[in-house]
Amino acid sequence: MSLRTAPQTASGPRPLLLRVQHLFVRLGVLPFLLIIAIIVFSLASERFYLWDNIKNVLRQSSYLTMVAIGQMLALLTGGFDLSVGTITAVTSVFGASAMVAMYAAYPDAIVLSIAVGMLAGVGAGLTIGIVNGFGVAVFNVSPFMMTLGMQSVGFGICLFQTGGVPVYGMPKEFGKILGFGQLFGEIPAPVIVTATLIVVMYVLLNWTRLGRYLYAVGGNLKASTLSGINTRLTLFLAYVLCGLMTAVSGIMNTARLDSGEANIGASLVLESIAACVIGGVSLRGGTGKLGNVVLGALFIGIVQNGMNLARIDSYLQIVVVGILLIVAVVADQFRQKLVAKLRD
Amino acid sequence: MVDIAKGTAGVAVAAETPVLLRLEKISKHFPGVVALDGVDFELRPGEVHVLFGENGAGKSTLISLVAGVYRPTAGRIEFRGETIDVASVHQARQRGISAVFQEFSLVPQLTVEENLFLGAELTDSRLLNKRAMHARAREILDRLGFPLKPGMRVAYLSRAEQQMVEIAKAFRSELSVLILDEPTASLTERETQRLFTLIEQAKRQGVGIIYITHRMNEIKRIGDRITVLRDGRLVATLNVAEASESRLVELMTGRVIAQIFPKVAYRPGATLLEVKDLTTVGGAVSKVSLHVKSGEIVGLAGLVGSGKSEVARACFGIEPIAAGTVAFAGEDVTGTKARQMLDRGFFYLPPDRRDEGLVMMRGARENIALPSLDLPPFSTGLFLNRAGEKAQALDLARRLNLQPLNIERAVDHFSGGNQQKVLLAKALSRAVKLFVFDEPTVGVDVGTRVAIYKFIAELCEAGAGILLISSDLPEILHLTNRAYVMYRGVLRAELVGSEITEDRVLGHFFEREAA
Repeated sequence: MSLRTAPQTASGPRPLLLRVQHLFVRLGVLPFLLIIAIIVFSLASERFYLWDNIKNVLRQSSYLTMVAIGQMLALLTGGFDLSVGTITAVTSVFGASAMVAMYAAYPDAIVLSIAVGMLAGVGAGLTIGIVNGFGVAVFNVSPFMMTLGMQSVGFGICLFQTGGVPVYGMPKEFGKILGFGQLFGEIPAPVIVTATLIVVMYVLLNWTRLGRYLYAVGGNLKASTLSGINTRLTLFLAYVLCGLMTAVSGIMNTARLDSGEANIGASLVLESIAACVIGGVSLRGGTGKLGNVVLGALFIGIVQNGMNLARIDSYLQIVVVGILLIVAVVADQFRQKLVAKLRD
Repeated sequence: MVDIAKGTAGVAVAAETPVLLRLEKISKHFPGVVALDGVDFELRPGEVHVLFGENGAGKSTLISLVAGVYRPTAGRIEFRGETIDVASVHQARQRGISAVFQEFSLVPQLTVEENLFLGAELTDSRLLNKRAMHARAREILDRLGFPLKPGMRVAYLSRAEQQMVEIAKAFRSELSVLILDEPTASLTERETQRLFTLIEQAKRQGVGIIYITHRMNEIKRIGDRITVLRDGRLVATLNVAEASESRLVELMTGRVIAQIFPKVAYRPGATLLEVKDLTTVGGAVSKVSLHVKSGEIVGLAGLVGSGKSEVARACFGIEPIAAGTVAFAGEDVTGTKARQMLDRGFFYLPPDRRDEGLVMMRGARENIALPSLDLPPFSTGLFLNRAGEKAQALDLARRLNLQPLNIERAVDHFSGGNQQKVLLAKALSRAVKLFVFDEPTVGVDVGTRVAIYKFIAELCEAGAGILLISSDLPEILHLTNRAYVMYRGVLRAELVGSEITEDRVLGHFFEREAA
């Protein structure tokens, strides 16, 4: 390979290094981290490559992927959503409670109870997104304070509602289909839902005005206003859509756990922001690609799965995720310097 | 030497006095850019040496080298006869070299006195000696005659007052070289007068002053010598007495005025914009009435802070209106939002492309298409038409001669002049009846400047109405067929055709006699 390019870069004594640099600038750290993780874990455990395990990784990552995509929308506008954990919790608790109540009242109406429960759950989660959106877009509260506040509000309501005890008693079919169901006998239900949402979000971000406006508003709010963009509406929708994505993730996760729990999303805030940052989304807003965010979430899923297979203590795993986040940010700083150097 | 009338005699005397500061063949390279290329410069005690040149000519780099912000790539700096190496602003200050930059180096959350002594706090056995600093601050402010209290927080001060704090900082310790970068940009005439008196005082004490300004009248009022820079090179150093405006513009741009400004065939038609007794919330604009017709270029001149931008911004719906009416194409549009104004064919191009004009980290294509994503060929109703967008953006970029012609490149990576072209291309992405250009040539090179003027002239000749907001006098003088002059939120004058002369416009710029 290096032979073929040798005539082009006759002066370059280190074409391989230069090429790795170029790849790094173009793609970011993520591909490198992914390759390293896959090599390490396949060496550490033979089971890593089994189809059952791959399926497992995909299913486990899908919940985080949905939240990370929602988080990405908030990050694109130059904010973030610290309430994603609470949104899943609210969705889980209210969805489960509604479903249990409906099922208890009409034991025969299984489909109806599931539908009502899901709507109630998603509606509850979405409400938090709407409140976030109002606070940020209309009252100009900083996203940090707004979503941090709502995180506390939502979590408190969940604990108050349940007394801290998980909500049981949903129809068995709910968990069976949405938690562990498989299409074509092979593809897990949450993976299908996630894949659908990825396609929808891809179209939204790349082929609609709203998508373009999310990038523009995050990149330069004033320039967006002067270009005739309704910046408040755009900001509002970013948080509403983030809430919606997170709520869907929450209801799917509830199905998997077969119970409504207030503690369901404790690690999601960190993990979703980490997935985005590792995927190259700028914390200052305006840049980030959907595909890379999905890979970022998948990467975190792979690392967690690999560590489980390698029997690494689950408390230590939390340490690893934090370190990966910081490594990604440091690598991105380094990349920015290279970008300035290699410009084109 | 106190008397300004003896100013030129002063220069003759100064010729024999020893040089205070001398730069020899000084160069400064930044990655990919030669900001200064072998420039010679000297400063005598007691003189005001004006640095003149376009944005990007190297003035700021030169003063940054003297003030210790950067170190020269090549060349020698000599101070009081000995070669020196100023490694930091702090070292420069210790030698009595102080600079007041346009970008303030103040911490807004701290008070005036805390800012004055930042980095050079007075201490009393390791603890801050607040009483001494307070007394010293009082003393400095009194001596300079600034109406500031040492305990005020800088964040609550006006721009002019912050400027005073910066100047006071320079006068904090023993001074031998004072560098002032466009110090009057945000000062009122009275404050400017006060500053000039201070400069006279400093001159008498043998301080050498390097003064950057674009304003001819200031050069005549306080300047002794002028050094003109262009593209990082020294063009000439001459005495103020031998420098006329046209001579200086020629030296600065390397062209005669006729080559810079195109001849425009004005054909005033129907009235497009009609503003009556406009007053904005906050009072930046007070009872302003003006109108713009199709096929003409109307100038709106005034200093920074005169409210000239706010007039257009209020019309565009991004500045709240307290009273008065705005009519566009015969319809009342008072208080209409930007989106609707765009749809009606009113386009406002902001002065600061980085702050308000462009999304810097996105590509040129996305920036050009941004105001028009709801229209064909950029969109097909629900979805974006990316092929159409690409073709249209490329077409516009080509028309404005964007270089390099890579519309996917992030705007941040283009030069200033090319960024400005992207901003102009935005305005062409949709049908526009009235263009408002707010300081369209800030921070662009001469070549782009000429291209922008030609572009504006073509739009006018094609029948568009143009409102040109500018504090650049030649622009108003040579490009417009009608001009309004604003001062402190009030419309001072309307000048038509041959009435638009330097004296008349400048006469209304300032507080003194209304011509």
